[in-house]
Amino acid sequence: MSNAAIIETRDLRKVYRVGQVDVPALRGVDLSVQAGEFLSIVGPSGSGKSTLFHIIGGLTPPTAGEVIVGGQNLAAMSDAGRTKMRRTTVGFVFQKFNLLPNLTAQDNIAVARYIAGLGSRADAQFEAVLRLLGIAGRLDHKPNALSGGEQQRVAIARAIVNHPAILLADEPTGNLDSENSKAVLEVLRDLNQRLGQTVLMITHNPEAAAYGHNTVHMRDGRIIDRTSATG
Amino acid sequence: MTGKLVLENLKNRPLRSLLSILLIGVPVTLILTLVGLTQGMLTDSQNRQRGVGADVIIRGSTVTSVINFSGPSIPAGMVDLVQRQPHVKLAMGVINHPIDLPLFITGIDVPKFNQMTGGFTYDEGGPLQGPDDILVDRLYAEQHHVHAGQIINLMHHDWHVAGVIQPGKLARLVVEMRTLQDLDGATGKVGQIYVKVDKPGNIDLVTEQLRGLLRGNYPVNTMAEYTAMYNVSQIQAIKEFTVVVVAIGVVIGIAVVWLSMYMVVLQRTREIGILKALGASKSFILSIILIEAALLGVGGTILGIVFSYGAQWLIRTLVPASFQMAIVYAWWPRVAAITLAAALLGAFYPGLSAARQDPIEALAYE
Repeated sequence: MSNAAIIETRDLRKVYRVGQVDVPALRGVDLSVQAGEFLSIVGPSGSGKSTLFHIIGGLTPPTAGEVIVGGQNLAAMSDAGRTKMRRTTVGFVFQKFNLLPNLTAQDNIAVARYIAGLGSRADAQFEAVLRLLGIAGRLDHKPNALSGGEQQRVAIARAIVNHPAILLADEPTGNLDSENSKAVLEVLRDLNQRLGQTVLMITHNPEAAAYGHNTVHMRDGRIIDRTSATG
Repeated sequence: MTGKLVLENLKNRPLRSLLSILLIGVPVTLILTLVGLTQGMLTDSQNRQRGVGADVIIRGSTVTSVINFSGPSIPAGMVDLVQRQPHVKLAMGVINHPIDLPLFITGIDVPKFNQMTGGFTYDEGGPLQGPDDILVDRLYAEQHHVHAGQIINLMHHDWHVAGVIQPGKLARLVVEMRTLQDLDGATGKVGQIYVKVDKPGNIDLVTEQLRGLLRGNYPVNTMAEYTAMYNVSQIQAIKEFTVVVVAIGVVIGIAVVWLSMYMVVLQRTREIGILKALGASKSFILSIILIEAALLGVGGTILGIVFSYGAQWLIRTLVPASFQMAIVYAWWPRVAAITLAAALLGAFYPGLSAARQDPIEALAYE
């Protein structure tokens, strides 16, 4: 893990407008994530962890505060700028896998490269990653022919195919049984340890959170605690 | 990869894709059928006029359009007057009576008709023998299941079918001119006069002579001029009708594609969210929707062309005498361009709304 912060948020705030009512989702979040760190974010529903995930991933702008990801200040970026940033700086893994149902696993991975303007063929290094993920033999199948664990591993492959600075995983084991959950978490840890991939993972599950180097606890739109796995 | 995304989308919802193509194909068929009918019927009329073998035509004073005949407004004595003009080999008056439009019964002077055209070729029966005899052409006989020897009632008059003739010479239904004049209360009148000139080099000369003789009271044209008027661009009403049908086709096309692509965008909200999360730009999302709509448009055009052959077969089978439909190849690229434009126009708004979708909301869509 390097000492350089790859994610930095300062007094990050987000207010959603629901009908006529302003609903604060983040109430001033200060967070620093080092390059190569595996950080777990835990907290109850409504604590703001998904909003934090969406802002860091460039899916929505903050209402106030600063968010610097890979040296880029997302708060100052336009929608088009954040769209461009998502192509190569961040990779997403979702609870519901979110694979394109009409495409094979291979094409689901290829589409991420295509959108990033990198051509649709993955590089040689990525072949090793596919072996690490254990899906090399399942690439010609469409999502409905893959198990939940396989789908999530394809989603991980898609998320890292462009070598993003950060891998954002939102409840990656939320739809998996314990065996597949363990396999997916180990894949994330392997990617972090072997490739130095920065991982930010949201989870409800304390066992899953324990895979990270550090865990951030959120409540009511604020970070209330930060603990280290090493104590 | 864009192509693969679009094709897989189309393949994975085959019913929606086929239904959209079918619904786009229907107005394409409508347009091609209308254009084909217009062209086919004009060509058929043109060929039947040419089949007379005349060089010059004199039409009634009340005629307003090439596709209509006038009432019997020419005194029959004028036929003899024309016949006496220099270089005129033969002048023949005929009279027309509309029945079920576009069909006419034509009254002819049989000896002159035979002299000018070489006479009819008979599939069944033989020439007109009596005042109540009628000849029907093969297409009319097929459409109405008529044979030589039968009695048919037209104009509240019973006719004995003397023969079934091959089509291509002036009329589908032919009777003695005198009988039709009597029935129409037009004794001593004809509707138009066909003129045969002694040699082709004198056609223009005779035409000018006749114009001078008739002092502009009756339109006089060479047959070449007259048959050239059997052209869509010469008939204002057909042009306008075609524009109306094309406009209806475009509106249907736009509405079908709009609805179809709106459904696509709804059904694929989550997929659009995924693509946006991967960094797909608005133009990329829009292009996927537009390409898909364009493919539906191309499919609809091809299906519409295939269906137009089906329409032609149906018309030939069911109403060969009343309607003739041509396949007008020149309209294929036009109808393709119209359909493509309608498809892109119809897909633009749904595509734009897809491109503008919020990725978080789209990803949360169930």
